[in-house]
Amino acid sequence: MDVVQSTAAGLDSNGNGVSPAAAGLDTPDMVQLMTADGDLRDDARFSDYAPDPDTYQGLYRDMFLIRRFDQESTALQRQGQLALWVPLTGQEAAQIGSGRAMQPQDYAFPTYREHGVALTRGVDLPDILKLFRGITNGGWDPRKHNFQLYTLVLAAQTLHAVGYAMGIQRDRTADPAVPAAASVAYFGDGASSEGDVHEAMVFAASFNAPVVFFCQNNHWAISVPSDVQTRVPLAQRAAGYGFPGIRVDGNDVLAVSAVTAWALEHARQGKGPVLIEAFTYRMSAHTTADDPTKYRASADEESWLARDPLLRLETYLRANGTADSFFERLEAEAAEQAGRLRRAVLAMEAPDLSQRFGTAYAEPHPLVQEELRFWQDYEAGFAPEKDGGR
Amino acid sequence: MPVMTIAKAINEGLRASLEASPTTLLMGEDIGALGGVYRVTEGLKAEFGADRVVDTPLGESGIIGTAIGLALRGYRPVCEIQFDGFVFPGFNQITTQLAKMHARSDGMLRVPVVIRIPYGGGIGSVEHHSESPEALFAHTAGLRIITPSNPQDAYWMIQQAIECDDPVIVFEPKRRYWLKGEVDLTSPSGDPFTAHVLREGTDATVVAYGPLVPVALAAAAAAAEDGHSIEVIDLRSVSPMDFDTVTASVQKTGRLVVAHEAPTFGGIGGELAARVTERAFLSLQAPVMRVGGFHLPYPVARMEEHYLPDIDRILESVDRALAY
Repeated sequence: MDVVQSTAAGLDSNGNGVSPAAAGLDTPDMVQLMTADGDLRDDARFSDYAPDPDTYQGLYRDMFLIRRFDQESTALQRQGQLALWVPLTGQEAAQIGSGRAMQPQDYAFPTYREHGVALTRGVDLPDILKLFRGITNGGWDPRKHNFQLYTLVLAAQTLHAVGYAMGIQRDRTADPAVPAAASVAYFGDGASSEGDVHEAMVFAASFNAPVVFFCQNNHWAISVPSDVQTRVPLAQRAAGYGFPGIRVDGNDVLAVSAVTAWALEHARQGKGPVLIEAFTYRMSAHTTADDPTKYRASADEESWLARDPLLRLETYLRANGTADSFFERLEAEAAEQAGRLRRAVLAMEAPDLSQRFGTAYAEPHPLVQEELRFWQDYEAGFAPEKDGGR
Repeated sequence: MPVMTIAKAINEGLRASLEASPTTLLMGEDIGALGGVYRVTEGLKAEFGADRVVDTPLGESGIIGTAIGLALRGYRPVCEIQFDGFVFPGFNQITTQLAKMHARSDGMLRVPVVIRIPYGGGIGSVEHHSESPEALFAHTAGLRIITPSNPQDAYWMIQQAIECDDPVIVFEPKRRYWLKGEVDLTSPSGDPFTAHVLREGTDATVVAYGPLVPVALAAAAAAAEDGHSIEVIDLRSVSPMDFDTVTASVQKTGRLVVAHEAPTFGGIGGELAARVTERAFLSLQAPVMRVGGFHLPYPVARMEEHYLPDIDRILESVDRALAY
């Protein structure tokens, strides 16, 4: 790798940190199977793990639909139907590519932006919006999808993923018929600074746990650029823990899928954890409450438009025999999806506080029961009287 | 009935749980070959193997966080935190993840993780080795917090904690680890989330838990010599708290003194005082008194005998309540 080119203090003339992590897309060790122009590339190590060409249309469809879901959700927030929305635009390839590389028995632990992964795990997309509409802090049954609930405290879920992987190991020791599986810990460049990521990687390495750490380096932790989080490419940190680290073009769905498939196989075969750094870009705001114009230049955003993960695959598909009708059908499907999403959100019923008394604990809890009785009596005091009313 | 120390009783309770279910496993720092710094897990690694008695890397957040993941996969991990003051690197995982997972998932996910924490002072140790942080956890919905004071309870309560589908923190009174008592290996000591009346009395009620239970009993014995009949209650469970047992006692005695090592401000004694006042205001002959630590960082070892509530401090509060 390149040595850090900077002043003694590690700062450039503007006082900003500089590092190879910010050096741009053309890092020589970044895995890429499709260029931004839609041309296929060979990779000696990972081409064998690339998805089959007959899945390309499906990958494009996933990315297209989740982007439209993202746009519709943003619109719903703007119309006051959601309290907040967390856009994923720009990260479709990282999420669809990694999600589609998983097998049903694998288990993903997302942060709160992994809508694309949720799609690949079969989560009904309107269920994702329940959290953002304030209906629930969950929204789906994680055990049904092997897709954990969104975790808002950054990096906490990386340890859960490692523990889950330690459970897989024990299950397979007790019963070799249990299918080989791995967990996937999603996190971002910002969360990579959290101590839990460090502990997760130490524990995973020490116990050789079947876990894939999937870091989407989208370059921005709200307003703070990734070179404040790291002085080296994040993938290189894996070396310090003693397991492979791979930087992949996070906007190349084929490369992401291939590298993730390799890493999952590595983990399932008992060879231990892998760190994948998907080099991508958050093309939209951190959330609908964010204003990127306050901290990043539009030129920065524009430079990534040419690397759009959907654009390159569309270019390839159109140049390789995919008919216009495929794209027209997708448009119709997205419009239908948007209508269904909107209807589902508007039909979501407001939650009832009294139900929450039943979920704080798994077993009966006398204080919670007492407070529920109080609440029910209190509420009953507002009910109209039967004879004549108030 | 066999006689054993609290430490041995917990050890035997853990052994029983490990034998009873292959999903039970222990994790923590130095709990394997060493048997833990207090030897509570002594011999268990040799008996059950390194996959079930896991010496973890040194990271409390890592211990709790991976335990949550193991629980999501169907295991019942029992985490040892080496000392009370070292739980805080794991505080985030305990309060934002472990405590909330069941509610977050609308009841779909259970995370039956047990966290064992040796707590309290009186051992002449260095900073961070003598604290009583139970109130910090009691304030968090989703957690259960129990603390045995004798070998019988220690043996059974650790097993009951492991069987519970909620996360349970077991605060172990470290200066009483070597306190001996009979253990009935065939008959549990009841619901772990209830208080026990250890000594009946008519003039005042003293509630204590964990390391101060023997002190409260000694204070009651001393008061008896002065002609005062003191009822002593071992709270046993800090969350949930058995208000009914304490209230019934206060309705009989009319006076309540609550003793714990933790600072009184914002503490368990204050909660108990408020609840009992709400329930039995007209029975009270005196304000509820609290005996506890001062609003100071836990002091150095050469001062701790002055800081920790002792028999005289409890009696002083009892006397004030009786004289009110």
